[in-house]
Amino acid sequence: MITPSLNSYVLLSAALFAIGFWGVLVRRNTLVIYMCLELMLGAATLALVAFSRFNHTEDGDIFVFFILTVAAAEVAVGLAIIVDLFRLRQTVQVDELDSLKR
Amino acid sequence: MESIAFDLLSAFTLLCALGVVLSKNAVNGAMCMLLCLAGIAGLFVELHAYLLAFVLILVYGGAVVMLFLFIVMLLDMQGGQRWRFRRAQVVGALISAALLICGLDLLAMRGRLPSAAPVDHGVGSSLSFYSYQLFTTYMLPTQVIGFLLLIAMLGVIVLSRRHRPSPES
Repeated sequence: MITPSLNSYVLLSAALFAIGFWGVLVRRNTLVIYMCLELMLGAATLALVAFSRFNHTEDGDIFVFFILTVAAAEVAVGLAIIVDLFRLRQTVQVDELDSLKR
Repeated sequence: MESIAFDLLSAFTLLCALGVVLSKNAVNGAMCMLLCLAGIAGLFVELHAYLLAFVLILVYGGAVVMLFLFIVMLLDMQGGQRWRFRRAQVVGALISAALLICGLDLLAMRGRLPSAAPVDHGVGSSLSFYSYQLFTTYMLPTQVIGFLLLIAMLGVIVLSRRHRPSPES
């Protein structure tokens, strides 16, 4: 039985991270940018789990636990900020949120 | 057998990730993200991290994506357009993307990460392992994470307390 190597897992997580980063650069909607950030976090957790499994430790899995917790807290605070921003400016498009530029 | 499952799951995950980036509608994007997270959970299962797959579905699929959908519904937003880039920016981006792909391809061809053959743990043993580690070796990070969650909760309550009048009007 051929198991996929660590290389393929790391490449997959790199591709996933790149797609998330592309989304952050290309999209203008703050919520979609946030979703792409979550994709990047998911890619990082995938790499951590693969490394820890192929190196006979499980410390990486524990770190993934912490990453999941921090991501949940981050999403809650970020979405609250987005809702507050929408109340204030009636938009969530990032190129219209430029009050610090002026 | 496992390799076929890996190929299918990785293709599915990457396609759904592309769906998040490319979908015009934010609701479709959130649904694609849910499927993408399911794919990542499947990869976790293949890496024998069963508990993490379960937690990922529970926390991300159950809480985070639902929160996203809730906010999309609340703000009643359309997907929004892309940036309109200048030609020089597009050319530069294409060149740097090609360089990055070349580098990654070289790494994939030449590079060999040193890795031992994976070992199998039972399902139940990993659960007791996690709990043992969380309450012995990683006691301090667990406490800090608890405080972080408390602070995040307080921050969200403060942020969404009342409707302030806009300072610009």
